[in-house]
Amino acid sequence: MIQLTRDIIDYHALTESVRSDAAGAVVLFLGTVREMTNGRQTVALDYEGYPEMAEAKLAELETAARSRWPVTEVVIAHRLGKLELGEISVAIAVSCPHRKDAFDAGRFLIDELKVTVPIWKKENWSDGTTEWVHAGTETP
Amino acid sequence: MKLEVRMFARARDLAGCETVVIDLPEQARVSDLRAALGETMPQLRPLLPSLHVAIGTDYATDDTLIDASLEIACFPPVSGG
Repeated sequence: MIQLTRDIIDYHALTESVRSDAAGAVVLFLGTVREMTNGRQTVALDYEGYPEMAEAKLAELETAARSRWPVTEVVIAHRLGKLELGEISVAIAVSCPHRKDAFDAGRFLIDELKVTVPIWKKENWSDGTTEWVHAGTETP
Repeated sequence: MKLEVRMFARARDLAGCETVVIDLPEQARVSDLRAALGETMPQLRPLLPSLHVAIGTDYATDDTLIDASLEIACFPPVSGG
């Protein structure tokens, strides 16, 4: 299951939703708003998405993970909007019969999400400036 | 053909609007759209080499033929997570 949401991600409920008697392993990944990046201080991040495409790409990722590993249940949730320091921007919960597959599938999902799903973050630095994070582009 | 192109993140900020209208000949490819964006909006030029073009919610490459019946979007490298 996939979710794009402007609401706080309830990672406890999300984790419970993938638990199953068929699964002996549950892996949860949380991405959270970090304070320091290369010596600069973040106070908040603005997340923007292209919702129709982001949902399509997230669904493709779920399908790809299910084709490569014996996934029992999976939920991928990504938040949009303004997130304060420490808040959860992304949560991925995967259950599998065995732990190695659960870890591998979870790692695959977050790694691929970060390069294929059309969502962008904008830094709100402590000096009052803002800056889009776009790898490989120069920002003034 | 007139294309309505949705812009996101820094591309939208530089364009100054969420949707830009670009006029291209029939049978145009993504590379033609990229060139036309640079012509009509010089402020986008620093982003153009890394700008992604999506057609119908799929990533397109420079030689992809543009299907004007599908939604077209332009955006810089993604940074979710």
